[in-house]
Amino acid sequence: MSVLVYTESEQGKLKKTAFEVASYAKAVAEQLGTTVTAITINADDTSPLSNYGVDKVLTVTSSELSTFNAKGFAEVLHQAAEKEESKVVVLSSSANSKYLAPLLAVYLNAGYASNVIAAPSSTSPFTVKRSAFTNKAFEEISINTDVKIIGVSNNAFGLIENSGAASEETFSPSITDLGIKVESVDKASDKVSIADAEIVVSGGRGLKGPENWGMIEELAEVLGAATACSKPVSDLGWRPHAEHVGQTGKPVASNLYIAIGISGAIQHLAGINASKVKVVINTDPEAPFFKAADYGVVGDAFQVVPELIEKLKSFKAQQ
Amino acid sequence: MKILVCISHVPDTTSKINFTDGDTKFDTNGVQFVINPNDEFGLTRAMWFKEKQSAHVTVVNVGGPETEPTLRKALAIGADAAIRVNTPATDGFSVAKQLAQVVTDGNYDLVIAGRESIDYNGGMVPGMIAGLTNANFVNNCINLEIEGTSVTAVREIDGGKETVSTTLPLVIGGQKGIVEESDLRIPNMRGIMMARQKPLTVTEPVAANAETNSVKFEKPAPKGAVKLVSPDNLDELINLLHNEAKVI
Ligand SMILES: Cc1cc2nc3c(=O)[nH]c(=O)nc-3n(C[C@H](O)[C@H](O)[C@H](O)COP(=O)(O)OP(=O)(O)OC[C@H]3O[C@@H](n4cnc5c(N)ncnc54)[C@H](O)[C@@H]3O)c2cc1C
Ligand SMILES: Nc1ncnc2c1ncn2[C@@H]1O[C@H](COP(=O)(O)O)[C@@H](O)[C@H]1O
Repeated sequence: MSVLVYTESEQGKLKKTAFEVASYAKAVAEQLGTTVTAITINADDTSPLSNYGVDKVLTVTSSELSTFNAKGFAEVLHQAAEKEESKVVVLSSSANSKYLAPLLAVYLNAGYASNVIAAPSSTSPFTVKRSAFTNKAFEEISINTDVKIIGVSNNAFGLIENSGAASEETFSPSITDLGIKVESVDKASDKVSIADAEIVVSGGRGLKGPENWGMIEELAEVLGAATACSKPVSDLGWRPHAEHVGQTGKPVASNLYIAIGISGAIQHLAGINASKVKVVINTDPEAPFFKAADYGVVGDAFQVVPELIEKLKSFKAQQ
Repeated sequence: MKILVCISHVPDTTSKINFTDGDTKFDTNGVQFVINPNDEFGLTRAMWFKEKQSAHVTVVNVGGPETEPTLRKALAIGADAAIRVNTPATDGFSVAKQLAQVVTDGNYDLVIAGRESIDYNGGMVPGMIAGLTNANFVNNCINLEIEGTSVTAVREIDGGKETVSTTLPLVIGGQKGIVEESDLRIPNMRGIMMARQKPLTVTEPVAANAETNSVKFEKPAPKGAVKLVSPDNLDELINLLHNEAKVI
């Protein structure tokens, strides 16, 4: 009956989202009067999970699963859910979790709610709130199946500490045909990804050309942020597609989003609205972004950004 | 190669989102519907397979008669045939069950769907089709090459990309990158005329329970006014972000 939570790791280290989904699973377990079982795949140290309400950790070590495989990982979670007789399975909104979730839903014949932003408002019927229409609305949905899968939106629930002692158990599921083979991975290990970033610094067409991105990258570096851009900027080839955020690009749910030289078109705003605090820097006081932002500077990015970098450097030095 | 492209019929990206019937239904009043952007990228890639590798391309939608103009647009872009499964699209799982049936009946080698729909944002239909039909599945697909039954695909991962090899039958969740924005095609007059002659078959749904139910919608609370900081006083911005917003 335990709530099962998939706590992701990268190169053996648990990700921050692992603690957020564990916190969520704990909240659900309290509502249902049951315990939390976390499952990890090739994670080295699982002890921090006991700080977030996890009662038991199933550890899977498998060389076959050394690179992510949606089918293989979904099969592991499927067998873990059956072993624990879990009625609720909690996942994050990482690209990998979103990849495996629909397969797991089929294997468990479970209703799946993605982009969930709050603990269940009721457990019978099991009802959760999720974002829909690319953040232009919220939807309350009830899940009717015996087993339920919840995909928690990044940064929506937060971390809730709940110290305890988690027991650890080795779990050896049987893995068959994986179907897909990873040939190569191309990933900048020194950069924060948009999905994992707490702060995102984003540039638009107002920056005039790719040669001006140095200051965007420097600002991002000072803040430990990821860099992003508006759609025309990636369509023009100034920045890679992977940086395009918005309704048709990547969603952003960071704590802080800084938009520089971005007008704030509806399609852009839709994709970044889930960010908690928005700052806009734009020469045009009429730019629509000012209506969606928390803080704004009406000014020229070419003056404001370099000055902001200097001031942040001295601020950080004092911290 | 037989390709099935799943087409979600969604409100145009500029649409104002409103609800009716006590906030239980999406208000379609004055809303323009389009092919889901991720599906348009996938359809355009399918056209490439049609032109370069003689693939046969069918488009499919699960929905009521109101979605037919969207399917006709896909035919005008160049798809060979269209299927509409005549049932309202309620939840992702039951839509996937309808689509899996179409895939099985039509023996498709490749199913192209979108990474997510911009209305429901479920991000689940392609993966569920793959699970239900026991096909391989590549999500967030940004490049796709097929030779015989061998597939090389690139998928976007958090912070980078990954190249994978697999085989048909395959389902992908596509997005921008599988073709570029500049590759998208606007239907021309000839395409629109030809689309009228192409088959649009209406099939009846298989029995499928809704695994989830939409209870109620809600719009985000209106935003408070922006706090403006003078460009001559950026220390104040840092102060606000540190002490008030507590984000740096
Ligand atoms: C179907 C569809 C989907 C779309 N999806 C997306 C999406 O996912 N993401 C997205 O971003 N867009 C999307 N768009 C595009 C969107 O409509 C806008 O065109 C786009 O967001 C505008 O980008 P921008 O703000 O960078 O450029 P612009 O609109 O050109 O704005 C540039 C801004 O920079 C300001 N500026 C100029 N000089 C300076 C300076 N020196 N200092 C500071 N500010 C300056 C200007 O005042 C202006 O506000 C989509 C459009 C369509 C039709
Ligand atoms: N009603 C539908 N008819 C046909 N295809 C659909 C339908 N709903 C979703 N899809 C496909 O599944 C993808 C993902 O949708 P979703 O799971 O709703 O985010 C879409 O981009 C479409 O390709």
